[in-house]
Amino acid sequence: MSNRIDVKKTYKLYINGAFPRSESGRTYEVKNAKGVFVANPCLASRKDLRDAVVAARAAHAGWNKVTAYNRGQILYRIAEMLEGRRGQFVEEIVNVTGVSKVKADKEVTDSIDRLVWYAGWTDKIASLAGSTNPVAGPFYNFTIPESMGVVAAIAPETPSLLGLIDVIAPIITSGNTVVVLASTKAPLSAMTFAEVLATSDLPAGVINILTGKKDEIAPWMASHMDIDALDISGLPAKKHAEIKVAGAENLKRIHSFKSADPGRIIAFMEAKTVWHPIGL
Amino acid sequence: MTFEYAPAPESRAIVTIKPKYGHFIGGKFVACSKHFPTINPATEEVLSQIALAGKADVDAAVKAARKAYTTTWSKMSGKERGKYLYRIARIMQERAREFAVLETLDNGKPIRESRDTDIPLAAAHFFYHAGWADKLEYAGLGTSPKPLGVAGQIIPWNFPLLMLAWKVAPALAAGNTVVLKPAESTPLTALLFAEVCQQAELPAGVVNIVTGDGSTGALIVNHPGIDKIAFTGSTEVGKIIARAVAPTNKSVTLELGGKAANIVFDDAPIDETVEGIVNGIFFNQGHVCCAGSRLLLQENVAEEVLHKLKNRMEKIRVGDPMDKNTDVGAINSKEQLAKIIELVAVGDAEGAERWSPACNLPSKGFWFAPTIFTGVTQAHRIAREEIFGPVLSVLTFRTPQEAIEKANNTPFGLSAGIWSEKGSRTLWASQQLRAGVIWANTFNKFDPTSPFGGYKESGWGREGGRHGLAAYLKGVSHE
Amino acid sequence: MSFYGLVDGSDASLKSYLGNLSGVDQVGAEARAAMLATRSIKTTSKRWAIDTAITMVDLTTLEGADTPGKVKALCTKAVRPDPTDSTVPSVGAVCVYNDMVAVARTHLDLIGGQHVPVAAVSTAFPSGRASMPVKIQDTQDAIDAGAAEIDMVIDRGAFLAGRYIDVFNEIVQIREVCGDKAHLKVIFETGELVTYDNVRKASFLAMAAGADFIKTSTGKVAPAATPPVVLVMLEAVRDFYEMTQVRIGVKPAGGIRNTKDAIKQLVLVNETVGPDWLNPKLFRIGASALLNDLLMQRMKMDDGYYTSPQYVTMD
Repeated sequence: MSNRIDVKKTYKLYINGAFPRSESGRTYEVKNAKGVFVANPCLASRKDLRDAVVAARAAHAGWNKVTAYNRGQILYRIAEMLEGRRGQFVEEIVNVTGVSKVKADKEVTDSIDRLVWYAGWTDKIASLAGSTNPVAGPFYNFTIPESMGVVAAIAPETPSLLGLIDVIAPIITSGNTVVVLASTKAPLSAMTFAEVLATSDLPAGVINILTGKKDEIAPWMASHMDIDALDISGLPAKKHAEIKVAGAENLKRIHSFKSADPGRIIAFMEAKTVWHPIGL
Repeated sequence: MTFEYAPAPESRAIVTIKPKYGHFIGGKFVACSKHFPTINPATEEVLSQIALAGKADVDAAVKAARKAYTTTWSKMSGKERGKYLYRIARIMQERAREFAVLETLDNGKPIRESRDTDIPLAAAHFFYHAGWADKLEYAGLGTSPKPLGVAGQIIPWNFPLLMLAWKVAPALAAGNTVVLKPAESTPLTALLFAEVCQQAELPAGVVNIVTGDGSTGALIVNHPGIDKIAFTGSTEVGKIIARAVAPTNKSVTLELGGKAANIVFDDAPIDETVEGIVNGIFFNQGHVCCAGSRLLLQENVAEEVLHKLKNRMEKIRVGDPMDKNTDVGAINSKEQLAKIIELVAVGDAEGAERWSPACNLPSKGFWFAPTIFTGVTQAHRIAREEIFGPVLSVLTFRTPQEAIEKANNTPFGLSAGIWSEKGSRTLWASQQLRAGVIWANTFNKFDPTSPFGGYKESGWGREGGRHGLAAYLKGVSHE
Repeated sequence: MSFYGLVDGSDASLKSYLGNLSGVDQVGAEARAAMLATRSIKTTSKRWAIDTAITMVDLTTLEGADTPGKVKALCTKAVRPDPTDSTVPSVGAVCVYNDMVAVARTHLDLIGGQHVPVAAVSTAFPSGRASMPVKIQDTQDAIDAGAAEIDMVIDRGAFLAGRYIDVFNEIVQIREVCGDKAHLKVIFETGELVTYDNVRKASFLAMAAGADFIKTSTGKVAPAATPPVVLVMLEAVRDFYEMTQVRIGVKPAGGIRNTKDAIKQLVLVNETVGPDWLNPKLFRIGASALLNDLLMQRMKMDDGYYTSPQYVTMD
């Protein structure tokens, strides 16, 4: 046993491809299942949310334009990076949540597999959710699904890594960018996942990760007029009405889900129908 | 001598309007104690007295719909449901002229449009959705799609029967029953549709129609016995509905306002473009949520297009909606006319240049001449707010990017138009525009197979096509 | 020749002139024509339209079997379409083959039809496949025989091959032959040009080259004078007027067989170029069977009941 003192990681936010501290300077204490202090992650403020939305909005045009094939490769690349660091994630999950190593290992495995699954959807979802429409006239008419823009999301408390990936992967698969609030009690794997993202060819701003309190951030997400849609899967059901009322101000599309499904991708896409005459 | 068209009025004899109507609940017309008049906006003649539904009426309608849902409609095979819808489609075709005349009398739209557009499309919607009833499991919306239950549907006055068809046909095909409220100022074709349901022997309670005003609509939106709200109308009311249903498990679809950009590039087929501009804003008096109300002209052709547009507008025939040669009819209501006049005054005050062709407007009824404003910028209110009348705001642009930026610079996102003979640019523009319906080298085209609906504050969901069906089935992945 | 200052007679200038024309969207043009076809023309306006249409008819016989007797009968009908009703106006012109011009002119003059011009189809009608000297001689013969109007065909082969300058030069040469003796109508045979883009292009080409009228068809090829084709030509004429202040006439020919079709054409004129064109100096309808239907409809309006073909003359 060496006497070496560990170099502990400072957990920060992930905004626009960088790792800033909260502009508020606030942190909160995360303890493990046994009540032992683990880390002081950032307690994100509404201004951090604002900055993250600016980054996500700026990134949308570019990410939306990336070919579906390329988006798939980047999602796959994220899975590759995660696979390469799986040990670290297993250890972190065990340490923070107190679950067994077997269970933590399964969560990481599922997380990787989930990313691979969505990677394969990028260039298939349009065929599934689009259509050509045989209108009664000399027109070529087709419907294509498109990304909506900036989607904000609340990740579920548990499982902290898989839950995070379950909300963000379907959102970005179609070309949306995302601002996600990680699990409050177990935010560390989300911030470590940000390190994976930072090394996996994902353009800055496509995924922005905040840590903090749902009650504080969710209402600001709901009222933010430059957010197009919300995934509130991670919010308790009793809070949904309040968020939906606030979100009505710009008619945000607000959804929550119970499973991984292509419907999750489609829910954050808009169907666009194009008409063009057919003639000589 | 010039070629003056003698009046060619469509005969009114084909319709019988009762002096007073009740609600259609549980397959029967039921009397109501309170009434309000519905008028012909072209003449201000009172056409009939319409029942004003209160809580008891809405309760009765929801109860009838629930009973029909649980005892009959949800148990019936899709094949049989479909046959009822086919019957309805056929009866609407048989009685098409009657519907057209009644629509024009109650709404003020030209008989040419009700006869050639509204009614045939309404019948087509039923025919199209009839075929879905027994094929829902093939719609790609889950392997065992289930209806939602009772749908409350609130429709606007601009396309009364067509909007009814957009709402009722998919709801019924998917196995839901409905409580429908037509608009306060245009209830007559919905009440005639109730007769069609009777002729089709549709099981009692599958379609219930309650008439009334906004208060009736609110009763439907807030009714605990309703599983789904489908609304077409203003963004303002859409937001109220979105808030109202937030604490409930109701599904919602909203078709709301728009301020569509109609973009003309310098290689556009000019004459057809001018027709498309006219059709885009003057179709149905501009009472169209997807109207091409912001004309964006590339600067190097702006003068030519405007010149041709003005010449073309001189030929628009405004007047008696029952005349088969009328192009632009009456404004639907006194209130709507006041709103148009108010926004036009704002346009004047903001310094935009107003122009209308000379036209003799009738002395009675509600009328507004086709109007264009030039010299409009994105900062003008008339470039941002929905006027919902025959008023076009004209802006210019220099490059394709600038056109797209201006087109997308709005909280609305319902529709947009592109005029160009260059395929690659048309596809590029259609990709860049943030709107649910893009018309390239055409405008204001509708079809039951073609999904319709908006981005952003123009609404939630789609109507028509496979996509529209999803609005009446339980989501596969949603909680 | 100045060509209205639009072209200088060179291939390059013609290409640039035609290259600047906007395209025509087929679906949009057909939709506009179909919408105008829904105009309901009743009572007084219908009566006016029928009489106006009669004055616009180029009463035509273009058969290999044409004889002096047949042509004379046609001339009689042209001058007085309904022998029982003197209020029926004469038609716009009699249209015959080159060799029948003298017969027609002589007979018209004989029966008091001095006011009815004779139009001759020319330039190796209907195919246009002959050498230029032959086409010129063909035209000259007709004028010498008394034709006041020349309906020439363009060389569609040259047009479709992109040799617009050849088409242009032919029109210019025939225009020179016509001089101030004859009006020149230029026939496109739109059924062979196929696209509305070509129709628009041919219209501007012919107008710049000196056509007095542009005409859809020979009557030998279908489709001929469909409403959208006429719409596109009327739009071209309207635009040309704005460029030059010169009014060019339009003549649909072929396929217009009844009153309803003829009135549709008048509606197209009224709502596209306007009332200035609603006279035989600027709008003609090339037809044969149409005249009798116009007469029958006129009788119906006067008498209040439907008539029978027995009551109109067969020529």
